[in-house]
Amino acid sequence: MAQPVIEARDLNLVFQTGDGPVQALKDVNLTIGQGDFVSFIGPSGCGKTTFLRCIAALEHPTSGVLKVNGMSPDEARRRRAYGYVFQAAGLYPWRTIAGNIRLPLEIMGFSRDEQEERVKNVLQLVDLDGFGKKFPWQLSGGMQQRASIARALAFDADILLMDEPFGALDEIVRDRLNEELLKLWARTGKTIGFVTHSIPEAVYLSTKIVVMSPRPGRISDVIESPLPRERPLEIRDSKEFIEIAHRVRDGLRAGHGDAM
Amino acid sequence: MRSILPVLTVIAAICGIWYLAAVRMNATWVYDQAAREGREVMLVDLVAETLTQERPVLPAPHQVVKGLWDGVAGQKITSKRSLVYHGWVTLSATLLGFAMGSVAGILLAVGIVYNRAMDLSVMPWAIASQTIPILAIAPMIIVVLNSLGVTGILPKAIISAYLSFFPVVVGMVKGLRSPDAMQLDLLRTYSATGAQTFGKLRLPSSMPYLFASLKVGVAASLVGTIVGELPTGAVAGLGSRLLSGSYYGQTVQIWAALFAAAAVAAGLVGLIGWIERATLKRMGMVR
Repeated sequence: MAQPVIEARDLNLVFQTGDGPVQALKDVNLTIGQGDFVSFIGPSGCGKTTFLRCIAALEHPTSGVLKVNGMSPDEARRRRAYGYVFQAAGLYPWRTIAGNIRLPLEIMGFSRDEQEERVKNVLQLVDLDGFGKKFPWQLSGGMQQRASIARALAFDADILLMDEPFGALDEIVRDRLNEELLKLWARTGKTIGFVTHSIPEAVYLSTKIVVMSPRPGRISDVIESPLPRERPLEIRDSKEFIEIAHRVRDGLRAGHGDAM
Repeated sequence: MRSILPVLTVIAAICGIWYLAAVRMNATWVYDQAAREGREVMLVDLVAETLTQERPVLPAPHQVVKGLWDGVAGQKITSKRSLVYHGWVTLSATLLGFAMGSVAGILLAVGIVYNRAMDLSVMPWAIASQTIPILAIAPMIIVVLNSLGVTGILPKAIISAYLSFFPVVVGMVKGLRSPDAMQLDLLRTYSATGAQTFGKLRLPSSMPYLFASLKVGVAASLVGTIVGELPTGAVAGLGSRLLSGSYYGQTVQIWAALFAAAAVAAGLVGLIGWIERATLKRMGMVR
């Protein structure tokens, strides 16, 4: 079997806060394979974002093993293993869209020619052709988030980590971006870790759904989706889709119940 | 154009109050004179005489305007009585002091943001430095520097820098810290170095804050220079015009110098505002 892209074994993370220690992650075990689209779903405080941040080496587990591409998260980050998309687009207002996408490339020391080439390619990939010279405030919220995805894709990381990237957008824009994200995933074959609050979003996008519950943050269910990789929006009315959504909802309810 | 009417209304109101105040405040002298000469003062005479005194308690607006005009256009600009000459003396020290203060302020702010020891130690001192009355400390700076052989423009510029560095420190610290946690996390995911984080995120984010504090700083700078000119024996500069005016009761000269200083300050703030707009426009931050 091929080496897993992300592997967590007995992962624990305890935050020391003013009110005493808080167990953000408890005994998390998870394996993510190459090309998987994995959603993390659960109520606030369940540790889904924390786990994503651990993979990105923005947080460091207190115990357990976490490997990204067989390396430690810090090492993986230095090797540019992942691109990270935050909830807010977070584009620099003083840079054009192209300038924003160029930001990681400048920091990583790509040559001027290669920067231009890559910016052009990813702009095409997220369907923002011709918007390179615009400033962020000239774009809608959905377009800004697409630009931030382009920025995360620009340096060709294998893994795309997305922390509620469409959480602040309205449902119509969200549906469209979900559809586009699936196309992008099919075209690039990247491994995607996707944090969300929305059950339909998780079921629609994922090959694997990780249901998490809070206090302490832990995984309560991992669902392998039987849906095909090719997914038109109408798939959301199919029997399988509704069944998976049910299972996710049950998992969320169970996780909430025993925490009460 | 729509804004011109309110502006003119306010100016007219101020002038009206000013004229009334001038009549009222200069009246005592007129009555004294009249009593000495044993004559009655009619209202018309009162108004005429209060507004044309050579050394009024409060000069009327037209006297100040005339004083300003004489000072600016009525002399050769190299004359000791030219406001242009004195204005330039003050302006050059202000610019030097402002440059020194701004650079010091920016460097201190960078130190405060990047060095925990400086963060805890510098700010209290910076605040303490501003609680000392500048009028008290300015003569000491002049005397100490004089005994060290530093004379001319530099002592004044140092006092000016002393006043102008503070707003720059406060604004710049705020500006350099303005990027939120998400912005900083984003750069961490790129494994950006400290210098890259500074150059690509913190510095550009701080620009609006920097310009706001530069405007405050440049005005403070001018005040510092004028205060610095007072204890130098009234040699040159708008400050010396203020001082010699008060020595000899030349209130018109004082007011003319005050207005010249205000005009210089307005010009400087306006200049920074213009640079701000040009810079932010180039950065794409003006919509």
